[in-house]
Amino acid sequence: TSAMMAGVCGRRLLAVLGGRLRAGPRAPLRSVAAAASLYDVVVSGGGMVGSAMAAVLGHDIHFHDKKIALLEAGPRKEYDCMPDSYSNRVSSISPGSATLLSSFGAWDHVCSLRLKPFRRMQVWDACSEAMIVFEKDDLDDMGYIVENDVIMSALTKQLDAVADRVEVFYETKAVGYTWPLPSHSCDTSPWVQIELADGRRLQAKLLIGADGHNSVVRKEAEIKNIEHQYDQSAVVATLHLAEATDNNVAWQRFLPTGPIALLPLSDTASSLVWSTSHEHASELLAMDEESFVDSVNSAFWSNVNHSDFIDTAGAMFRAALSLLKPSGTAVRQLPPSVATVDPESRAMFPLGMGHATHYVQNRVALIGDAAHRVHPLAGQGVNLGFGDIACLAHHLSAAAFNGSDLGSLKHLLKFETERQRHNVSLIAAIDVLKRLYSTKLAPLVLLRTWGLQATNALPPVKVRISLWSEP
Amino acid sequence: QLSLFRLTMKRLSSTSHSSVDSKELKKFQLLAHKWWDEEGEYSALHSMNDIRVPFIRDTLLNMSSNYHLGNPLSGVKILDVGCGGGLLSEPLGRLGASVTGIDPLEDNIRTADQHKSFDPVLAKRIQYKSSSLEEIVEECMETFDVIVASEVVEHVGDLEMFIKCCSQVLKPGGSLFITTINKTQLSYVLGIVVAEKIMGIVPEGTHEWEKFVPPEELESLLESNGFSVKTVNGMLYNPLSGSWSWMESTSINYAMHAVKSGVQGQSRPPGTLSEVESEQQPSATAGTAL
Repeated sequence: TSAMMAGVCGRRLLAVLGGRLRAGPRAPLRSVAAAASLYDVVVSGGGMVGSAMAAVLGHDIHFHDKKIALLEAGPRKEYDCMPDSYSNRVSSISPGSATLLSSFGAWDHVCSLRLKPFRRMQVWDACSEAMIVFEKDDLDDMGYIVENDVIMSALTKQLDAVADRVEVFYETKAVGYTWPLPSHSCDTSPWVQIELADGRRLQAKLLIGADGHNSVVRKEAEIKNIEHQYDQSAVVATLHLAEATDNNVAWQRFLPTGPIALLPLSDTASSLVWSTSHEHASELLAMDEESFVDSVNSAFWSNVNHSDFIDTAGAMFRAALSLLKPSGTAVRQLPPSVATVDPESRAMFPLGMGHATHYVQNRVALIGDAAHRVHPLAGQGVNLGFGDIACLAHHLSAAAFNGSDLGSLKHLLKFETERQRHNVSLIAAIDVLKRLYSTKLAPLVLLRTWGLQATNALPPVKVRISLWSEP
Repeated sequence: QLSLFRLTMKRLSSTSHSSVDSKELKKFQLLAHKWWDEEGEYSALHSMNDIRVPFIRDTLLNMSSNYHLGNPLSGVKILDVGCGGGLLSEPLGRLGASVTGIDPLEDNIRTADQHKSFDPVLAKRIQYKSSSLEEIVEECMETFDVIVASEVVEHVGDLEMFIKCCSQVLKPGGSLFITTINKTQLSYVLGIVVAEKIMGIVPEGTHEWEKFVPPEELESLLESNGFSVKTVNGMLYNPLSGSWSWMESTSINYAMHAVKSGVQGQSRPPGTLSEVESEQQPSATAGTAL
């Protein structure tokens, strides 16, 4: 509580200073402000996270009489049935995220389009024999691989269902935000003013920034962002397997250049996410299809990075473990081998990490990549965003039922504390894993080898990691 | 500003009985512009909304059979006596109620009017009036479904007169919600010494211990003026977290819910189907002579 008081004092001080710095010519005249439509909530950014946020609020019973707006720069995305080929941008959806999506009817649409559940995750090192397998005891689905387009289509349908409450502005970009002065100076509008590219103006009691890792909302709100560009790019592609298989396992191998992951799409197809150096990524995109397939297979199967020292040390540790816990180590399964790659499906994008120092400010909240950006190695990116949505929607719903001002910092700070507590350790852990696995140095390889083996053998630890990826 | 103050004073002193105490007005005059600073002098009142709004809302919902969770107080007419800057009127308005907020201090009403003006929904649902309770009795007989008098009765001159006026403007079966401070040694230590002089939770001089009202006294005044007291709950303020919570003991702050007796000696909440139905049923005993 004393920390909380210090935090409150600190925030009060910052608010006073911030108010002084930002006050002045950008505050609008009352007459202009009166003409612009006033929304209870404006969500800026209509990607998976922004659209889901708007849909969740739109379906919330306490928001029945509220007005919500969603601003999206791109066009409307909806499919009645999916094209035959798979999209190369997919996400791993955790069971917790699936629960959120089904709470407002979107998951049914996802299931009716297409998705692939997986039961097992095998993660192993290129520099040793160490491996860890994640699976639920009751053989339930651990997660689902879903194309991003499928999720977007499901979200669009559910937004349509509440069109009387949620107004979606497609092909609309917000170009400027004007922040209200501290609440007790009452001459000017207390709302956030939003200027659109076509000159229209909107007002919001609460602005939610869901506009990605280069968030304009975050920049304009002058919220500091700790960010770091990795020296890696991710290469994505749609691959066809050499032979049909149950394909309900997600595979990830840590190479010294970065992790390569094979995510199941169907019995014969999988999605590739290969994080590697920028140069190697460009080479992969440039090479012909056969060479590309060879590279992928080699990455999963080759033992060239093993050293005798590590192999021996690893074997010794495994023997010791099996004395303590005879059934502790799981059987290594072999990943499927790849036959072809979908033409035109190869693409690359740079990777980085980011974390906003604050998720909220007066009348502003950040969710999804605008608040935090992680390496795809843990498959957590969009799940963290869905977790943000569940938490923020819970607090906003309670605030609406209490008749509170939706933009009030009081409940926004509760959201921030809850999510930062959950996110910071996970984001840090992913960053540490990324760095730990980016080396061939023997001591670190040994450390992570033993660590991985020990983690695999100890059920409580393994289960904890699995649960951790619930949003 | 001083001339406006004198005008207000003159108007008040011309009324014969008064629930308004002129000394009290002076105290609030100086803070008329500070109402809406959530972390300023009135921060404890802002955070009190976190328990008093759900209390009012849930009590009314429990008494009603016909409501929508998206607009729970829709159709309910509420009088907020001593509304100040509108801290309680606004949340009640957001929940759908039609709120009339009255306060004897014109500066408070001005602040309240200006604050609601930016929200078109609230601007329509809430009406503010600079007035004492007695002044509206004549034109508002049995007009309101609910009266809230939160943190008011400890500033009132003639409490029995205040309660009589509440009864007059309330519909039969209507609800009266009061939150106030008990008159105990504990409330002196915490409510005055600590809250005002030491921690500055409440501006110094706001409260006079002599005017605090024990719940027993309030309850007996209410019962002898046609009310039936339904609920009494103790409230506790935590200065470190700045938040309120409910507690068993009423020795410091407390909240009370009372219902005005209906015409036939039964308290039936207005606006529910059963009231309309029973009025339309023919008397079964008509024609049976005693």
